[in-house]
Amino acid sequence: MTAKQKKNLTRILLSAALIIALHFVPVTGWLRFLLYMIPYLIIGYDILIKALKGLVNRQPFDECFLMAVATIGAIALGLVKSGDYTEAVAVMLFYQIGEWFQSYAVGKSRRSISDLMDIRPDYANIEGENGELTQVDPDDVEIGTTIVVQPGEKVPIDGVVLQGTSSLDTAALTGESMPRDVAAGDEVISGCINLSGLLKIRTTKEFGESTASKILELIEDAGSRKSKSEDFITKFARIYTPAVVYAAIALAVLPPLLLLALRMDPAWGTWAYRALTFLVVSCPCALVISIPLSFFAGIGGASKEGILVKGSNYLEILSQTKTVVFDKTGTLTRGKFAVTAVHPERLDERELLHMAAHVERYSTHPIAAALREAYPDERDGCRVEDVTEIAGRGIRAKVSGKTVCVGNARMMDDIGAKWKPCEQSGTIIHVAIDGEYEGHIVISDVIKEHSAQAIRDLKKNGVTKIVMLTGDAKAAAQQVASQLSVDEVHAELLPADKVAKIEELIASKKSPKDKVAFVGDGINDAPVLARADIGIAMGAMGSDAAIEAADIVLMDDDPLRIVTAIRISRKCLRIVRENIWFAIGVKLLCLFLTAVGIGNMWLAIFADVGVMIIAVLNAVRCLHAAR
Amino acid sequence: MKKSYKIDVDCAACALKMEDAAKKTEGVADASVNFMALKMKVDFADGADPAQVMENVRKNCRKVEPDCEIFLK
Repeated sequence: MTAKQKKNLTRILLSAALIIALHFVPVTGWLRFLLYMIPYLIIGYDILIKALKGLVNRQPFDECFLMAVATIGAIALGLVKSGDYTEAVAVMLFYQIGEWFQSYAVGKSRRSISDLMDIRPDYANIEGENGELTQVDPDDVEIGTTIVVQPGEKVPIDGVVLQGTSSLDTAALTGESMPRDVAAGDEVISGCINLSGLLKIRTTKEFGESTASKILELIEDAGSRKSKSEDFITKFARIYTPAVVYAAIALAVLPPLLLLALRMDPAWGTWAYRALTFLVVSCPCALVISIPLSFFAGIGGASKEGILVKGSNYLEILSQTKTVVFDKTGTLTRGKFAVTAVHPERLDERELLHMAAHVERYSTHPIAAALREAYPDERDGCRVEDVTEIAGRGIRAKVSGKTVCVGNARMMDDIGAKWKPCEQSGTIIHVAIDGEYEGHIVISDVIKEHSAQAIRDLKKNGVTKIVMLTGDAKAAAQQVASQLSVDEVHAELLPADKVAKIEELIASKKSPKDKVAFVGDGINDAPVLARADIGIAMGAMGSDAAIEAADIVLMDDDPLRIVTAIRISRKCLRIVRENIWFAIGVKLLCLFLTAVGIGNMWLAIFADVGVMIIAVLNAVRCLHAAR
Repeated sequence: MKKSYKIDVDCAACALKMEDAAKKTEGVADASVNFMALKMKVDFADGADPAQVMENVRKNCRKVEPDCEIFLK
C-alpha cells in the first residue's frame, strides 16, 4: 500500500464510522445538516476541489464533477425535503471505496507483471587486476569487455563465454524450465540467471542493444499500439459520459414539464433525484480501467511463457487467426541434418553406422557430423587410415584393414558396387565394403518433436488451415507435409515467391476478420513476416533481426508455443469482450431502472463500484491465461 | 526524437487526459501514455528542446489532472 492509499483508507474508515454513529444521533434541522457535513467533507473534499478545478479548466464531464453534482444535489434535496443526507455521504463513500480498490488492484497487478518480467540486470561485475570484482552500471560496459557472472546473478549483457562452465536458467526469457548448459565458446544472452558455476564472459553487445534491454523496451512499448477494443472504449467513454449527462438533464426537466402540460403534479423532486442518480452511473470507469488492464495482463502472461507480443493490437489479430502458414526449415523441422533411416544389406544397422562414421571421422561436412552424431562412440579402437576424399563422390578409407567407401550413387558406380535406390527422401549415403554394396543411410532434416502435436492443437483451437512454404525440393516437402498432416504445401519457393504466396492466401480468405499468420525462424523471412497479417518469429533468442521484423516473438523454437500464444490471445479477448458487455449492460440496465423509478442512488453506486471491481478481477485473469 | 518518462497518475481515464494534454503541448509531435507501465513516451518535434517542452507538458498535465506527476530526469 502506498502512502496515498493508506491515507484514503483512513478517510474511508473514519467517515464510515461517523456515518454509522450519526445514524443513532437524534438531531434534526440545521444541526443534523452540519453533523452530516463532517463525514461528507472528510471523504469528499478532494473530489470537490478537483471538480472545481475541472470547471475552471472547462472540463465539465470529469467524473469528479459528476460525483460532486450528484452528491450536492442529493444534499440539496435532503435540505428541502426529506432531511436524509446519508445517501449523499454514502455515494461519495462508495465512490472512494471503488477508487481505492481500483488503485490497489491496479498497483498489485502492475507489480505482479513487473515481477514476472524481472530480467533487468542492475549491475555488471568487472574483474580488477588482483582478481577483485567491482560492480559497475551495465550501461558503462563497452563491447569486448570481460565481465564476471557469479552463481545466482543475472547475465547483464549478451556475450560469449571465455572461461567456466555452468547452467543457465532461461525461464524468464523463454518460459523453458530446463536449464541450459554453457561452456567456453558458447553464446549467452542477458537476462538468464547463472545457476552453478562462475562464468567469464566477453561482451559482444552494448547493454542497450542486449537481449534483456530489447525485450523490456518492447514490452514497455507494447502499450502504445492500441487494439481496436481499446480504441472503441476510448471513443465510447468520450460519448457515453456527455450522453448520460444530457440524458440526466432531460430527465430532470422534460417529464415534469410534460406532467405540467397534462395538468398533473410535476414532482420536480422525484425527477431531479432520478437525474442525479443518472450522474452517478455516468462514469465509464469499469471499462476504461479493465480493458487496457486485460491486454496488459495478457501481454504480461504471454511473456512469462516466452512469448513476446509487441502490442495489444497483435494480441487481437492473433485471436482471429484462421490460417497459419509455416516455413519448413527451422520452424517445423530442426534445420539440422540427422540420420533418419539405416537400410543395411547384410550387416546390422549399428555396424553400418559404425563403418560410415569411421570413414567420416575427419570430415567437417554437415553430413559427416550427422553420421558421427548417430554413432557417438566413434572413437573406439578401430584403425582408420588412408582417408581419401573424392570430390563430388564421397570418402574412401581403410578401416581395420577393409576398404570402406562412403558416398553417393556415382561413387558406387565408379567402384562397381550394385547400389539400390531408396524410397525415402533426403540425402542417401551409400556404403560399400571391399567393393561389395552394404546398404545406405538416409540423412535428412528432422521434424521437431512437437511439430505434429502443435498442428493438431492448432486445429483444435480454431485454426482451419495449415500451410507449409519451403524452398526445399518437392519430395522432401511432401514427406514432411504428410507426416504432419499439413493442408497445403508449396515447395521450391524463392523468398519472393513466399511473399506472393502469402498475398494469395490473404486475398483468398473468406472474411476480412480471418487473419493469416506466418511463422518463420526470422533469419531470412523478414519480408514474409512483415507481409502477413501477423508475423511470428521463433527461436529468436539473441536475434535482433527477428525481434525487429516480427509482431510476435517466440523466444525458443518449440512450435507448441504458437498454440499457447493463440490460446492466450483468445482467452484475453474473451475476457475483454466479457468486460465490455458486462459493464455496458449493467450500466444501461441501471439507467433504465432509474429512469422508470425502480432504481435509486444506492443501486447506482453499487452498480458502478461493483461492476468495476468485478471487471478488474476478471481482467487480472488474463495474467494466467496460459493455464 | 523520442524519450520516455516515468509518470504517476491514479486512474486510466486521467492517463488519457494527460495524453491529450501532452499531445497539445507545443514542441510535441506525438505522445502516448501507458497507464499500466506508468510511462509517457514523447516524440519531440524537430528542433524542440526536450527539457523545456517537458516543463510545459507537465504544466499542462497538471491543469487537467492536478495530482499527476511526471518524473523529469
